[in-house]
Amino acid sequence: MPVALSPSRDPAAFPRLAFALAAVLLLWPGLQLTEFDPAALIDRRSREVMGKFLGTFFPLELSEGFLELVLKSTLETLAIATAGTFLAIVLAFPLSLVVSRSLSISRIGPRSGPWMGDFIRLPARWLLILLRSIPEIVWALLLVRAVGLGPAAGVFAIAINYSGMLGKVYFEIYEAGDTRPARALMEAGSGRLAAFFYGIFPVALPELVSYSVYRWECAVRASVVMGFVGAGGLGIQLELSMRMLNGGEVSTILLVFFLLVLLADGISALLRRALA
Amino acid sequence: MDFNLDRVGLTLDGKHRAIEEISLGIAHGERVAVIGPSGAGKTSLLRVLGTALRPTSGRLAVEGRDPWSLAREALRRLRARTGTIYQAPPLPPRQRVVTAVLAGRLGRWPLWKSYASLAYPADIPGARAALERVDLAERLFDRCDRLSGGQLQRVGVARVLYQQPELILADEPVSSLDPQLADRVVGELNRESIARGVTLVASLHAVDLALRWFPRVVGLRDGVVTFDLPPVRITDAMLTELYASESPVPPTQDNRPLELPAARLEPVAGAKQPLCR
Amino acid sequence: MTVWLLLLAFVLLSGASFRYLGIGFGDLLAAESRGQMLEYALGFFPPDASAAFLARTLRGSLETLAISAIGTLLAAFMGLLLAVPAAGRLGLPARAASRLLLNFLRSIPELVWAMLMVLAAGLGPFAGTLALAVHTSGVLGRLFAETLENTPPEPTLALRHAGSPTALAFLYGTLPGVMPQLTSYTLYRWENNIRMAAVLGLVGAGGLGMMLYMSLALFKQGEAATVIIAMLILVAIVDALSAWLRRWLGRPGS
Repeated sequence: MPVALSPSRDPAAFPRLAFALAAVLLLWPGLQLTEFDPAALIDRRSREVMGKFLGTFFPLELSEGFLELVLKSTLETLAIATAGTFLAIVLAFPLSLVVSRSLSISRIGPRSGPWMGDFIRLPARWLLILLRSIPEIVWALLLVRAVGLGPAAGVFAIAINYSGMLGKVYFEIYEAGDTRPARALMEAGSGRLAAFFYGIFPVALPELVSYSVYRWECAVRASVVMGFVGAGGLGIQLELSMRMLNGGEVSTILLVFFLLVLLADGISALLRRALA
Repeated sequence: MDFNLDRVGLTLDGKHRAIEEISLGIAHGERVAVIGPSGAGKTSLLRVLGTALRPTSGRLAVEGRDPWSLAREALRRLRARTGTIYQAPPLPPRQRVVTAVLAGRLGRWPLWKSYASLAYPADIPGARAALERVDLAERLFDRCDRLSGGQLQRVGVARVLYQQPELILADEPVSSLDPQLADRVVGELNRESIARGVTLVASLHAVDLALRWFPRVVGLRDGVVTFDLPPVRITDAMLTELYASESPVPPTQDNRPLELPAARLEPVAGAKQPLCR
Repeated sequence: MTVWLLLLAFVLLSGASFRYLGIGFGDLLAAESRGQMLEYALGFFPPDASAAFLARTLRGSLETLAISAIGTLLAAFMGLLLAVPAAGRLGLPARAASRLLLNFLRSIPELVWAMLMVLAAGLGPFAGTLALAVHTSGVLGRLFAETLENTPPEPTLALRHAGSPTALAFLYGTLPGVMPQLTSYTLYRWENNIRMAAVLGLVGAGGLGMMLYMSLALFKQGEAATVIIAMLILVAIVDALSAWLRRWLGRPGS
């Protein structure tokens, strides 16, 4: 049986070359656009600044006054996260009900036009997408300009952004579960809300709470970061300390940040295990 | 490359004694087959010879020195002169055959060449020649995960042939091949050994292959050597006893009963003479 | 039962939080501030669509895209470098040290890194690129290390026993097998990084974020609206691109 001879040149050579060429063509403008300049890192002036800054990282700033300040900021961060998540849930809950198809009456007949429901459902869905696509820190920035510096902006930023995320996951949870009990209730003539609370809610509740706890944990992290634009919490302190190049304060705050995140992570894991 | 094992023992994981006690001498350029039932310690013996495992007792001497006392770089160079064929070829699935074969010379090539070969194979004719010897040249640019088990085994053999080592350790190199191909590959290894004066130590499951090709056959069972003789001195009784725990008849590549020539020399008690070449 | 207790506790804590923060809903909903907020909100419509500003927005978008792409690429290399010791392939002390470093890198949020990098490298997109690179290398390094730990070590070991230097044994023995997974992780991370890149500019690290900050500082809400829309479009594009690439690379026989 004649056997096909293998080629004498590597058949993968051309595709590889083409790929390499494409990579270079993409990389070059990329490096230009990012003003890629490793030399700037070792530039004398920035080395001096960085060196001095890094040199002040130890020892940590542990004076009583400062620690008190940090503690207050930490409590503020926790409060922002909790209040923000609460508001987010309050907003997300009704939105999720509107968006969910499981409560669609037109779907169980008589056919009064399924698209009627979609008329409301689709815009609501887009609203959810809009709310969660704009990063929470952008919301924070916008709100700081609207309601002023301070924790209020942070609370509302989380409320708005997270209502989008919670709303989406909530309705996905409704639809992933068994929707027949709710439909049966509606077919028997009960109102939509009743059908929901008796048919879907009891089963979905643990999962809803579990995800909300997870979101709270994320909110703690986000609340710290939003402080950079003035929306309250630990972030404001961190930004101040960095602007003053006070490394000791920065390392203290970072340490507290780690502990805070660990704490939130631990609480979240504990609660979610208890719910499972 | 010559070896001397002096009461070498190997304990794996602190529990399993893979090699009980072996004393063995292998001269430069010798061709030795190691046979025995599963679990006899054949693979362990080869790994000890290839400095992949360190003996837990006894002394191993390679070219007169203990390889484990060598500096890292010297040991690496020693290993570059050793080629191992594995029963399950250690080839990454998405790699192409040509790259897998050329990897045999990574221990010898200058660094720039090894790195460059990743982008474009540095020696296509060389790889092809090695594959031709195992009848696999047409699969040069195929990916390893497109090959059958037997073809993969042959790629492993081709890699060692390409490496051109001074010692070839073959651990059941033809277990997935049909009898004809197996015979050809074992023959190829023997030809390589004779032509370039390479020491060849092969563990084989098929006794007929061992007896047909190798001038010296070592029987291993439960971690000790039961006989070390040229094929003409090996009797039916020895083989049956060797494989007694596993099967009533000694295994062969084509699963047909083993046929030993009628006239056998009487075994001389304790004889460990190499065959005169 | 636990659930209801939890919910009750949460409502109480939230109430306490609002108290503690002193957020006066009353103030907010007062006529004057309502009017102010409405005026502020209306300023966003219509978004600034002048040719000049659109051109600047396009440039900003490309800059943001470049920050995310180059940052992620750098992170993949650094992550792989750190993943090898972190997977235990260079001994236990190296494993502990590299794992510590990886944890450190990814625990500090990208925005904090961005502020640090602005100090080190000055304002502009380079700081953003470095910040993303450093943070993401922590994330990818950990993911890569897990992948490496689950890869059979036999191919690399076999090559080392044949005398190959360690680095080459890794490149020839392990890397071909793990490339698809590593690429997938990297592309997935890119989706996160484009969002981050857009936002890092708020602390001075270039791209659309910096434009947004400027526009809001100058009370040009129309411009800000355009920039936000650009961010959304950019994120959608990168999400789609990443998903397509991952599908294309994951098809059998690639």
